[in-house]
Amino acid sequence: MSLSADLLARIRAASDDHGGPRPAMLEALRMIQHEHGWVSDAHLAEAAATLGVHRAEMEALASFYSLIFRHPVGETVILLCDGASCWLNGADAVREELKARLGIGFGQTTADGRYTLLNVACLGGCDRAPAAVVGRDRRLIGPLSPEGVAELLEGGL
Amino acid sequence: MTELPLTSRARPDRRPHALGEWRALGGYAAVERARAMPPAEVIDMVEAAHLNGRGGAGFPAGRKWRFMPERGTSPGEGPNYLIVNGDEMEPGAFKDRYLLEALPHQVLEGAIITAHATHCDEAIILIRDEYRPGIAAVEHAIHEARDAGLLGGLHVRVHPSAGRYIVGEETALITALEGHRAVPRKRPPFPAQSGLWGRPTTVNNVETISLVPHILDLGAQRFRALSRTEEGGTKLYGVSGRVKRPQLIEAPMGTTARELIERAGGISGDGRLRAFQPGGGASGFLGPEHLDLPLDFGHVAVAGSMFGTGMLIVLDGSACPIGLLARHMRFYARESCGWCTPCREGLPLVSKILDRFEAGQGRRADLDLLHMTADEASPRGRSFCDLMGGAMAPLSSGLRMFAAEFEARLAEGERP
Repeated sequence: MSLSADLLARIRAASDDHGGPRPAMLEALRMIQHEHGWVSDAHLAEAAATLGVHRAEMEALASFYSLIFRHPVGETVILLCDGASCWLNGADAVREELKARLGIGFGQTTADGRYTLLNVACLGGCDRAPAAVVGRDRRLIGPLSPEGVAELLEGGL
Repeated sequence: MTELPLTSRARPDRRPHALGEWRALGGYAAVERARAMPPAEVIDMVEAAHLNGRGGAGFPAGRKWRFMPERGTSPGEGPNYLIVNGDEMEPGAFKDRYLLEALPHQVLEGAIITAHATHCDEAIILIRDEYRPGIAAVEHAIHEARDAGLLGGLHVRVHPSAGRYIVGEETALITALEGHRAVPRKRPPFPAQSGLWGRPTTVNNVETISLVPHILDLGAQRFRALSRTEEGGTKLYGVSGRVKRPQLIEAPMGTTARELIERAGGISGDGRLRAFQPGGGASGFLGPEHLDLPLDFGHVAVAGSMFGTGMLIVLDGSACPIGLLARHMRFYARESCGWCTPCREGLPLVSKILDRFEAGQGRRADLDLLHMTADEASPRGRSFCDLMGGAMAPLSSGLRMFAAEFEARLAEGERP
């Protein structure tokens, strides 16, 4: 499936807004991901062609950032904080509970496509440690406990 | 309002103010005041207020601004840029999230005044993608201020980043905005001379920018006097880790760890303070003997650590310091840009060794290697930017302060 005409138009507009095709690359990747959930090879190539940059340049950027997804992700992406304050407040137990409940490791997606688990840098939620950021609107949740994980997953987060 | 200028207007639930409400609270009066003054006078005020940058380095903001050339005086064509750095990702740091989410108009006011003082035509507010509520709040504030004609001729936009700690480094951030991987640049030339697109650029942290309107409102002397030390103003301190009620606390610059920890409900776990990092993950450990040290850039440096972001991470007697170091090093290994060798090769090795220690499989040669790496990589200049030096600060102070734990782990061959 190729990118929509609307999205391509917005990618072109981003090039004007950001001072050229190169600085618009990240914005283009973000837009693709917003619409499709992740950035496929085909979409990346199409956006690169639209901006007039080499796809390798775009790939170099896409592979640099942890929040540009180059594989399909689940409906709900759970970003669990990897920071020190979360660890000091029991993040490891939450981590193990999430893995056990979902039957996947970090960096993986459940077979039913519902959840993806990822580690991220300190989420700026140290006052709510252990914290996670969940879903497309990046909602901050915490403090999490192993018991709370079960509750959250059962309630669909 | 005057005693804690940064947070006193915020709502307890962090809901941002609409423009009308913000103006009713006195918002944007400082912008008018600043615009009636020549840029150099605003800088004089900020210097007299002794405002040190709150992003980590503590460089005097006024002095940084004075490096900026007046419009039309630097060679070539194009605008001067102001970049507001909201790429907060340091372990233990959670202050900029709060300011962006709860007080977006304050951030914007600060940006408008700073742009005036530094002859900037364009301001870019860079925010990490995990801070979606902050991004939305600031975008809305810009929209409201633009409609009300408060921006003057200033172009302001938000640039969401996409997750990588190194983007927060001043020069890496500029490289990122130009559409490259966020690799740091060598200074000189400093950004004020050649920054974004080779144009004069000032980069300031969100908290620094947020304090600027209050210097205009209060006057330099009163702002400076809010502090208990020579460094002016208040500080948005954070206390997290093994405390009962982790939280943000606005307090006079120079407040002690003892007071901050008490306000955070005291030590949790076994109730005994083992050590604390005064300035986020990249600051060296201090011990109980430093509980009454005034926490500001100068005093903490003299005590052998770094004030950094002023965000305390607290360790009680039952927390495993080796485990903490292992998490820190895993973080820095993963979040470095990998462009230069000490970080790319050194940090994963250090991280792996600490994991082995944590698992009770450390070896004598490993410990020697940790010491060697910390000694070799600590001085600035061994790596291209300060990330490696920052990562080594907790390691080298930790190897000293927790030597007994490392030895015990070696001797027992397993986790005690």
